[in-house]
Amino acid sequence: MADGNGSTPLVDIAGVCKWYGEFCALFDINMSVGSGEKVVVCGPSGSGKSTIIRCINQLEQHQKGTILVEGREVHPGMKNIEEIRRDVGMVFQSFNLFPHMTILDNLTIGPVRNRGTSKSEAADLAMHYLNRVHIAEQAEKYPAQLSGGQQQRVAIARALCMQPKIMLFDEPTSALDPEMISGVLDVMIELADDGMTMICVTHEMGFARKVADRIIFMDHGEIVETGTPDAFFDNPQTDRAKLFLSQLLAH
Amino acid sequence: MDRNTPPPPAPRKRLTVTDYILFAMVAGVIAYAAYRVNDVLVYNWNWTRVLDFLVKEDPESGSVVPNLLLQGLATTLRLAVWATILATVIGIVMGYWRTSANLTLRIISRCYVELIRNIPPVVFIFIFYFFISSQIFPALGVEDIDRDGAFASSTAFAILFGDPALFSNFLAGMVCLALFEAAYITEIVRAGIQSIDRGQWEAARAIGLSPFNVLRDIILPQAVRKILPPLAGQFITLIKDSAIVSLISIQELTFLATEVAATTTKVFETWILVGGMYFVLCYSFAVLFAHLERRAKRARR
Repeated sequence: MADGNGSTPLVDIAGVCKWYGEFCALFDINMSVGSGEKVVVCGPSGSGKSTIIRCINQLEQHQKGTILVEGREVHPGMKNIEEIRRDVGMVFQSFNLFPHMTILDNLTIGPVRNRGTSKSEAADLAMHYLNRVHIAEQAEKYPAQLSGGQQQRVAIARALCMQPKIMLFDEPTSALDPEMISGVLDVMIELADDGMTMICVTHEMGFARKVADRIIFMDHGEIVETGTPDAFFDNPQTDRAKLFLSQLLAH
Repeated sequence: MDRNTPPPPAPRKRLTVTDYILFAMVAGVIAYAAYRVNDVLVYNWNWTRVLDFLVKEDPESGSVVPNLLLQGLATTLRLAVWATILATVIGIVMGYWRTSANLTLRIISRCYVELIRNIPPVVFIFIFYFFISSQIFPALGVEDIDRDGAFASSTAFAILFGDPALFSNFLAGMVCLALFEAAYITEIVRAGIQSIDRGQWEAARAIGLSPFNVLRDIILPQAVRKILPPLAGQFITLIKDSAIVSLISIQELTFLATEVAATTTKVFETWILVGGMYFVLCYSFAVLFAHLERRAKRARR
């Protein structure tokens, strides 16, 4: 499978299966993501695309197969999952900022608690990333005082504050008003240009075409098709991918 | 008419005829009760005999010192404060266990809550009092504290725990009360924790916080803000419930009031006065909690 620069992949998923009760949510998922690589996972809702990235930091537990992050296996019930999560940033559809903390505290809590960074050092780091997501002037506000797009950019900065090796995006723009989307996508594109390894679950096909090294198309919990953006969008190989793309473009 | 026209004034709230009729009925009931007490009951009111038990003159120094009733109020307050602290700690731990993924912890906390909620408080307090004071306290060596030691005879000890001679008795009552109230606090805390959106847990875990930090920094602060109103209610209930421990001879307000009523035979005056004291105490806390709640609400914005 394609691998960014030929070295050990950052994330290596092999034969992963997951069931919710009787329902098979993931079936025999194999993918690996190399350092610096940008992968977009797409597919209809319920196809398991969020589930697979949530397995990488064990917010969901897989029942079969292996997931390696930087060569370390993650599995249900493991003791030091926090150490892996500190290297894996995650951005959620619903932002999930901590409403009782200021923006600055939302960003510093991770470094302060996890790495024992001093408050002032963590604040410097936080301001650096808030600048990067173009929102530094909001540092003293509370999440509820910000627009959705601003909140999502804060959420990205919060994840970056842990200086992760890889970023996972779980439909980061799906809960946003249309006029807010481009601000968030711009930040993600800048991040990609800086060489961050990214796995994005998204329906933003313009973004996918621009940024992705590879598109993974999923349906019914399986990977149906993998390819470069050009190959996938211009010349999909499977009927399911063709149907999906035609429905996207129908509007 | 343009957009700058001031809005029409809100209609004034006025008392209607129905309101006056209701007032008159309430006043009538009160007047009738007063009439019964005064004329039919033939009761000889004597407030000074009871009020004497609030403060007295110290024969040695000649200064005014608290008498039985105020001493009782102080003990009630001490009981309430310590029991509230202990009950809060137990309640938070048990409340978290109620939501834990670990089956053993869930069973322990569930049993605790169900056991206490389904036994009358009086029965529970008798069982626990005789168990704790006769078995556990001697084993812990509580009876052996040096009553004349530096700490036990200090003013700080007197303020925090009252008479050192009654310490183990006080402790027993306090633990009973705390264990009893903590069962209700457990359920409030559980509801609070469960009311926090799943996304908050996920986001906190995703940045790599340890399970303890997730709870302390992210979940509990939000849960506590949500459960402040029922929690405040429970704390005030705890103050009122503290009267139950008079049954196991803890010398708090109700216990001493019984003695005062018996000594003076002024039953009405004593209990009206004690009722007033409880009211002032509880209502002060209600006002304080309402103030805290408003502050918490403001901080959230």
